[in-house]
Parts: sequence; C-alpha cells; structure tokens
Amino acid sequence: MAAKIMVRYGEIALKGKNRGQFEQQLYRNLQAAVVEYSKEISKIHGRFIVTGPEEHSEIMIQKLSRVFGVASVSLVRETELDIEDIKTLAAEITKKISSDDIAFKIETRRANKKFPYPSPEINRIIGAHLQELNPNLVVDLKKPSFKLSIEIGYSKAYLYITSTAGPGGLPVGITGRSLLMLSGGIDSPVAGWLSMKRGLFVEALHFHSFPFTSRRSQEKTVALCRKLAIYSNKIPLHMISVTAIQKELNANCPEDLGIILLRRMMYRLAEQLSLKRKLQAIVTGESLGQVASQTLESINVIDKATGMLVLRPLLGLDKKDIIDIAATIDTYDTSILPYEDCCTLFLPKSPVTKPKLQVIENYEALLDIERLLKEAMSSLETTIVKRD
Amino acid sequence: MTEIYLDNSATTEPYRNVTELIIKLQTETYGNPSSMHKKGLEAERIIGEARRQIAYFFNDRESEIVFTSGGTEANNLAIKGAAYRNRRRGCHLITSSIEHPSVLNCFRFLEQEGFSVSYLPVDRQGFINPDELKNLIGQNTILVSVMHVNNEIGSIQPLERIGQLIKKTNPEILFHVDAVQSFARIPLKLKEWGADMISCSAHKIHGPRGAGCLWIKEGTLLQPLMHGGGQEKEIRPGTENTIAIAGFGLAARTVRDKLLQRTESLKNLKLAFYNELQKSGILFRVNGPKPEKSAPHIINLSFPGLKAELLLHSLEEEGIYISAGSACHSRRPDPSHILKAIGLEKERLESAVRFSFSLLNSEDEVLLAATKTSKVVRELSSIANN
Repeated sequence: MAAKIMVRYGEIALKGKNRGQFEQQLYRNLQAAVVEYSKEISKIHGRFIVTGPEEHSEIMIQKLSRVFGVASVSLVRETELDIEDIKTLAAEITKKISSDDIAFKIETRRANKKFPYPSPEINRIIGAHLQELNPNLVVDLKKPSFKLSIEIGYSKAYLYITSTAGPGGLPVGITGRSLLMLSGGIDSPVAGWLSMKRGLFVEALHFHSFPFTSRRSQEKTVALCRKLAIYSNKIPLHMISVTAIQKELNANCPEDLGIILLRRMMYRLAEQLSLKRKLQAIVTGESLGQVASQTLESINVIDKATGMLVLRPLLGLDKKDIIDIAATIDTYDTSILPYEDCCTLFLPKSPVTKPKLQVIENYEALLDIERLLKEAMSSLETTIVKRD
Repeated sequence: MTEIYLDNSATTEPYRNVTELIIKLQTETYGNPSSMHKKGLEAERIIGEARRQIAYFFNDRESEIVFTSGGTEANNLAIKGAAYRNRRRGCHLITSSIEHPSVLNCFRFLEQEGFSVSYLPVDRQGFINPDELKNLIGQNTILVSVMHVNNEIGSIQPLERIGQLIKKTNPEILFHVDAVQSFARIPLKLKEWGADMISCSAHKIHGPRGAGCLWIKEGTLLQPLMHGGGQEKEIRPGTENTIAIAGFGLAARTVRDKLLQRTESLKNLKLAFYNELQKSGILFRVNGPKPEKSAPHIINLSFPGLKAELLLHSLEEEGIYISAGSACHSRRPDPSHILKAIGLEKERLESAVRFSFSLLNSEDEVLLAATKTSKVVRELSSIANN
C-alpha cells in the first residue's frame, strides 16, 4: 500500500502573489528531497500530499521534515468525503491503542466548507463512535494521551495521529543566491544554515593555504557542505588557495596586521567569485567580540574592502546558541575536528584589534593587489556537494 | 611529476606479482578452504603453500604459523592470549614504553583487567637496558613483550640479551616479539632470542592488507580471542582470508632470497639519502640511533624551526610522501609517545619527520628526494624567519 504524507507549511505570513511563488519553490524543493522515493506530490487545501512506497515512509518523513518552509509533516490515511467512511477509518487507526483508560481528543479542520458537518459536530460524531467501540476511552481536551486529527479536503478526508515538526523558515532559493565564506569552524556552517532558513540558496567558498594547512581540512569543508546540503539539496563548494597571498603579506607587512589584510583579500576574492556566479550577497560567520578580528573597528575595516552586501546572521547569537544550532544540524562534531590552522607559522601572536583604514590602505599600496587576486582566482576549484 | 614514496614503515606498495596473483585468485579461487569439494581443496592448498613460504622465516616450522588479519591482531592474540591463559601462574607483565599502540593498548587494557604491567624506559637512542629488565622480573612475571625494530626511530632492541636474560631467570616466562617492522627486512633469530611468539604483517613487506601472522612456538598455550569453526587450530577461527594470505606468502617468497644482501642494499639506500642531505648543508638532527646503527629502512630527522606537518605537506607538493613523527595540531597537541620516551625536547619533537625506504625506491629517487628536501627546507626556513 502506498503511504501518504501530508506536508504543512507556515501559511500565516503569506499573502497574495508571494504565496504562489512560495508554494512553487517549496514544491520543487520537496520534490528534490524525496526524488529517490516518490514522484507523486499533489497540492490540496494549503498542504502537499507526498505519495510513496510504504516501506520508505519513515525516511521520506525525515527528509521532508528538513525542507525549509515546512511547518510539520504527518503520515496520514485517506478516505472518501463521507462521515461513515471517516468513522470506519477513525476506528481502524485508533484500534491499536491499548484498551486501558485512555484520554483522547479529536481535532477537525474543515477546509471544505461544503462538507455537511461543521468541525465541532464531526469531533462529536467521531468521538462518540470511538467511545462506543471502546468504552475505556475518555475525552480530555487539555491533556490527551493521543490526538486524532481529521482534515476535510475538497475531494478526500485525511486522518492522522502523529506529526513531525519541520524547520520552518522559507523555501531555499526564494529570496536569492548568496556566497557563504566557509572556514570549517563552528560558526560558518551555522551562518550558512540560518541564511538558508531565510530562503537563500547558498554556495560556499573555502580558503586554504596548502601546504600550510592540511588537505584534510579541505575534506572537512566538503563534509560540512554535505551536512548543509541536507537542507538545500546541493551546495556548490569553491576552494581558493591563499598561500601565495599569505607569503606576500608575510614578507611585506607587519605581522600584527596580517589577519586584517588577509581577510580584506578574502572579501575581494569573494566579491569576484560572486560576480562570476551571479550571487547577490556574501554570508559570513562573523560575530562581535569573539576574537580580535571581530571588533567593530576590525569588521569595519574588513568590510570596506568590498562593495558587496555582507550578511552576518550570527550577530544576535551567543556562542552557546551557535553551538546548540551546530549540534542540531550535526555540523558540530565535524567542525571541531582539529585540522585547521594546524601550522601557526602565519598567525600573528597578538593581532591589532583597532586597525586604522588609512594604515591598512598604505600597506596595501605596497602590494600588487590585482595580480595577487588574479593568481588566487586561478587556483579556484569547484565541486558540487550533493546531499547523501 | 614523479612520485617518490618514502613512507614504507606505514605501508608498502604491493609487488606487481602479488597484485596479479590476488586478481587471479579473487576471480577464480573463491572456495572455502573448509569445503569438502574440489573448490575447497584448491583454497586449502593455496593456504598451505603460503604457510610454507612464511615458515621459511621460522626455521620451516609451518605448524607453528597462525594466520591473522594483520599485525594488530597478531599482537592482541599474543599478549591477551598469553596473559589470560597464564593468569594462574601470575599477573605481572613487562613491556617497553616505545611499543606500537597495538601492543601498548593491549597492556593498558590488561591493567584494567587486574594485571600489573611494568613499562621499561628507553635511553635517548631508544634502547631498553637489559639490566633494568632483570630488576623488574619477579615471581609473578608471566610475559615480556619487546618489539624488534621501532617503527618511528628504527632502534633495534638487543633481543638476544633480553631473551637470554628472561629465560635464564625463569624459562616459563613467555617472550613475545613484535617483528612487524623487521620481518623480511632483517633476519629473525628465534633461537638466539628464545622467543615464544613473533608477530608479522603482510602489507609491510609489499603484500596485501588484511593478512599477518603470529608465530607461536610449539607448546605455547594461548587463550583464543575469538571462538568459531576451528580454523587455524582453533586459535584463530573464522573462514580464512585465502587471497590475502596467498599474497602474503608470495610477498614473503619474493623477498626471502638473499635476505642479508637486501638488508645491506636497503641500508645503503638510506645512507645515500642521509649523506646527500648532509652534503646540502641544511641543518637537521637525527632522532634515535645513528643511521648506521638503526634499522636499514628508517631514519627520523628533525629540521629545527619547521613544523613536521608543514614539511610533510610541502614535500607532498613535490611528490614525496613521508610521515610526521608527531601530528601538530595547535588545539590538540598529540606528540608521539616514542619521541617523548627518548626525551626529545618540544621543538625537536614538533619538527620530527620519518623517511622510510624500500627496495622499490631507486638510488636516484632517494638522492632526488634528499635534494628536494633540502630545497624545501631552505624555502620554508626563509619564510619562517622573515
């Protein structure tokens, strides 16, 4: 027998034209999420119904419940729009529940107002029928041990008992395309996830300085992208080597300005890549006050290197909140693998915390910025990381 | 770019004839050696042949070879098997502080099981002092396990003195030797050592992964780690890995002739590399025994001021593969217990790398590797000192 899964989405905030776009994008993303199992997704009264083989229902529910824009997901049973049929199905679904005293509740939502019984009436009819079959059942609207939900659609009625919460947010792709600067630490994957949650399609950019950093740290960013791709189906991952830039900075600039200068170069590279890939914003895992490069002064000086819009979704979060999200989306364990910045050769001991833009620009005037950027861009390697 | 593989202590490139044999057997000879039909007999014969090849290194005592999945399992079987089987006689065990983790962690585990373990220290060259061993042996001692060649610094333990000392004190004490690094590279002297068990591995001698063996002197009783269908005299049950074992046998067959000459050639290869590096004038220190004294295929060097991992990756860029004596992580410093045990100070420890050779390396290759190493070291030092 085919399993039917009802997908609900956050409808309150959506009105007019936006709603259609939202639904279209969500439809595409749901399709991509369960493509191995189901080709059949239909739309009913502000919900989607995904039909697929019963043996895959559990994995389909898991995958659907990770699509942004989804409020919740339920395995449902479908029946004709007839109160007798609904009674029969309700009895069948609740039959398995043990016969001891059980508090229950019925909740009906009647999307189809042409159905002859209003919702409270349906609750009463079905509730009475169930109690007739099993006298141990007691109605408890406040603390039921199970809740039978009934949805009256335009051509069918749907009944279900359990729901799995979705991640909420907006369908990925609906608000635009962005470039995530992915370092491999705890923060940047979370920043990427949060921007995806607001409907951004994310491409990732990782800077490496092989052989000064290990190739395994590059593998690590691939692993992180694979985790993020669960939520967006795929993530193009770009890698650029900044080894030559670091060597040049190291030779020509004071050690304590190294990080600021390097980050400005990274922003410029991110901007060039964004233009090439038609991406509208840069997303970073920066926050305020965590490390020396994240003072307001530093961020300001770094930000001035690019004309692009830079989004910093972590700004409102404490480190603990970030770690909690990283644990939820399963990037934390990968992030803390100790591969990155293994060689401290290039890391200054105490970076400047209040850099002056003029000073920085004077040093940059000594460098052939255009050449360095061009050389770095020529090291660009791109892979498409797909969800497992 | 030509690749020069100098990480032969980690694993070796399989011989071409070994790979060819494996492909052939994988497709044709899939029978279970325990099956009664022809297919089973074929497989049984192949294992018998391999056992005879390995036994060559153990004075042809083929009935004393037990095949395992590799060196780690051989060490586990020897140490845990001997300890459990003999615990009524005593509960004291002795090993050295520079053993491979597959030995050390067996002893750590046995400590939790109620055994008491003494860990022999080593000197700056990585040698244990037999007199110290003598002082440690007591009424309760049932097992001593000492490796032949150390995997990181190549020190060769004086097993003859150690073995004689053990057996003179109490012939019932079992003596296990982890010979994974030395098997088929330098001769094993079972009799002179007075050894009861010796561990070997196939993939260190240009064989495949997934096979190894424990030589167990007749009359030595071990508690098996696994229980099953009676294979390998019930000491190591489980359907035999016929193909890997056959590859092991062939690899052993390929290296066995002129073993002493091979040892000499290997040593010359290493010394050629060492001399070339010295000629280049870059600064470096040898960790462990002098190159003439250590195992023929291993040399461990520290290049002052250069982190091991950085040098490793920079040489990788040049097509040269080596190993870092200690992984350098800024957040989780995890220095090698061996380099710590020989008393290396922090800077030398963090800059220690190991070059390990095989006779598949040509002299030209190792000379080129030395030239490239000195070039890379100069470049990196100039950046680091900027």
